[in-house]
Amino acid sequence: MSDTHAETVLFVRETMLEQQEPPSSIVGPVGWARSNLFNGWKNSLLTVLSLAFVFYLLSGLLPWFFSPTWYSTSLTECREILAGHEGACWGVIRERWLQLLFGFYPSELYWRPILTLILLLLALGPVLYTDYFPPKLLYFSAAFPFLMPWLLWGGSIWMPLMVAAGFGIGYAVFAAMMKVANAGISLFVAAVVAVLWWIFLAAPVANGIASLVPLLPLEPVPSRNFGGFMLSVTIGVTAIGCSLPIGIVLALGRRSDLPLVKVLCVCFIEFIRGVPLITLLFVASVLLNIFLPPGTNFDIILRVMIMVTLFASAYMAEVIRGGLAALPSGQYEAADALGLDYWKAQRLIIMPQALKISIPGIVSTFIGVFKDTTLVSIIGLIDPLGLANAIRADTAWNGVYWELFIFIGAVFFIFCFSMSRYSMYLERKLQTGHH
Amino acid sequence: MTNTAVETPVNTSAMKVSDEVAIEISNMNKWYGSFHVLRDINLTVNKGERIVIAGPSGSGKSTMIRCINRLEEHQSGKIIVDGTELTSDLKNIDKVRSEVGMCFQHFNLFPHLTILENCTLAPIWVRKTPKKEAIETAMYFLEKVKIPDQANKYPGQLSGGQQQRVAIARSLCMKPRIMLFDEPTSALDPEMIKEVLDTMIQLAEEGMTMLCVTHEMGFARQVANRVIFMDQGQIVEQNEPEEFFNNPRSERTKLFLSQILGH
Repeated sequence: MSDTHAETVLFVRETMLEQQEPPSSIVGPVGWARSNLFNGWKNSLLTVLSLAFVFYLLSGLLPWFFSPTWYSTSLTECREILAGHEGACWGVIRERWLQLLFGFYPSELYWRPILTLILLLLALGPVLYTDYFPPKLLYFSAAFPFLMPWLLWGGSIWMPLMVAAGFGIGYAVFAAMMKVANAGISLFVAAVVAVLWWIFLAAPVANGIASLVPLLPLEPVPSRNFGGFMLSVTIGVTAIGCSLPIGIVLALGRRSDLPLVKVLCVCFIEFIRGVPLITLLFVASVLLNIFLPPGTNFDIILRVMIMVTLFASAYMAEVIRGGLAALPSGQYEAADALGLDYWKAQRLIIMPQALKISIPGIVSTFIGVFKDTTLVSIIGLIDPLGLANAIRADTAWNGVYWELFIFIGAVFFIFCFSMSRYSMYLERKLQTGHH
Repeated sequence: MTNTAVETPVNTSAMKVSDEVAIEISNMNKWYGSFHVLRDINLTVNKGERIVIAGPSGSGKSTMIRCINRLEEHQSGKIIVDGTELTSDLKNIDKVRSEVGMCFQHFNLFPHLTILENCTLAPIWVRKTPKKEAIETAMYFLEKVKIPDQANKYPGQLSGGQQQRVAIARSLCMKPRIMLFDEPTSALDPEMIKEVLDTMIQLAEEGMTMLCVTHEMGFARQVANRVIFMDQGQIVEQNEPEEFFNNPRSERTKLFLSQILGH
């Protein structure tokens, strides 16, 4: 090229250049540190300062954290062990961790919540990791919501079976109505019949059958004994599991062409989003009984579950609406042009894409709802934070704050961080094409 | 815009127009709010006819063909497609839509499904075709548009021209009697226009009834047996391609042709 004159325009390459190794300064850990930590004196200074700050923090925290108080039985004993040094008093966790997990659930029945948790994981598997589980396990996932209350609250298995029967009755009514009416009316009538069955008939029928044929009765555990993480997970999983489908329906309703459906959905969403969750929980604990027919005794945890679910659903609806709005109208048109009807288009084309777009928002809502379950301590349910107060009421542990909060925080973090990682896994898995 | 995009010789032997009416539009009007976008449209399309619709942007040409499968609703007049009148009756709409294929400017493939799934979805869910048969049909048409080896890729991994050919194959899998094309080449790079037009010519050679909104005047000359010129929501002129291009009657058409052919 050296003989190429500046005024020469024509240039023809005769030999193509081979690919060459990158210079050693940009590869390996040294290259990484160079380009990320020490590129220029400003960044080098920031790196050094940050490291110094991290070192300062850890040098304060770690000695406090690693204190030899695991076997102490009271705060006073902790102070004796530490002899004037600052340090955590971990004895409270060793002594009370079972209580923080299970609340006042009878300790000889701990196997039931543990079994429930194992079954929960087994039921979630085929839903969350479709590639690794046989699809037949989905039947078990469908049965789990009825198994869970039976295992936790005990009683005969007839009650959950009767609740499940409500779905069957609803479906039968729907199928029968479809012959004489359109899908909307049929669905409405079926829902009303199912709800009436659950409120008025399910319990008496279940009790009736149970007194005749006591099938697999478990020792009943009253709701007031529920507490700790078991309570949080029970409420959280229910709210998370129910709010997604309800949210989808509300989001579709809000975009519906039918004015009545649209107005109802908008009112519901805006009302629920406009009211603090605590208010709804108070309604659940105090006011709801006024609206219900006299004589119906609604379990407090069930009422709280319903309220938290409704609350989460309203937020979920808006998150999913965002996903729906982000879809180009061409997708709707293509689905229409191929002759897919509304529900098929939603199920096969629109929802898979809208939900995929909304994954980060959906999981954020899930995480938010799960953490919001700690608010139930305000209406007297003993969630982990409520238990922390209860534990401090014991004179042995009066004054222990950080240790309990760190433990509770760590357990919550494990749950929430897993959800967050799962959402990232799902996003990667559903990634198609190069947009 | 160019006459050079199409060079493939066209085999006209099977391109016969029958006497049977495929689409009949009479006195059709449509408004967007108070804007009168389609004014007194009258159009009869026979089976096997290939019609190119041209006109400046905003002239209502896309809106008109979108009325034919009721992606847009008309407010007065009649549209009869293959003997079925389009009204608000959902059953009729679904029936017409499954008989009429459509290709869009932006392809509108389903990005979350593979090419093959894109092609088998409607046959399986609308026509209730068994999955195996639907896959065979899909592969047949993918073969036809010359991309069978991409069947298991996602739309995002294909070039624009390939995506549009998949979109055509997807429509064909429903075995439609009429195909609508809404500016199928407008979003494509020049070197990809030809591959899509070749596919459309091939379709025309097999006797498909086609309505194309397009600016590809070379395609119109070669394939169409009628060119319709629209402006301001109305049909201004329609004629056979040779006459239309060589001897336009209305001033509006002359101006339009001079603008798109003049450079």
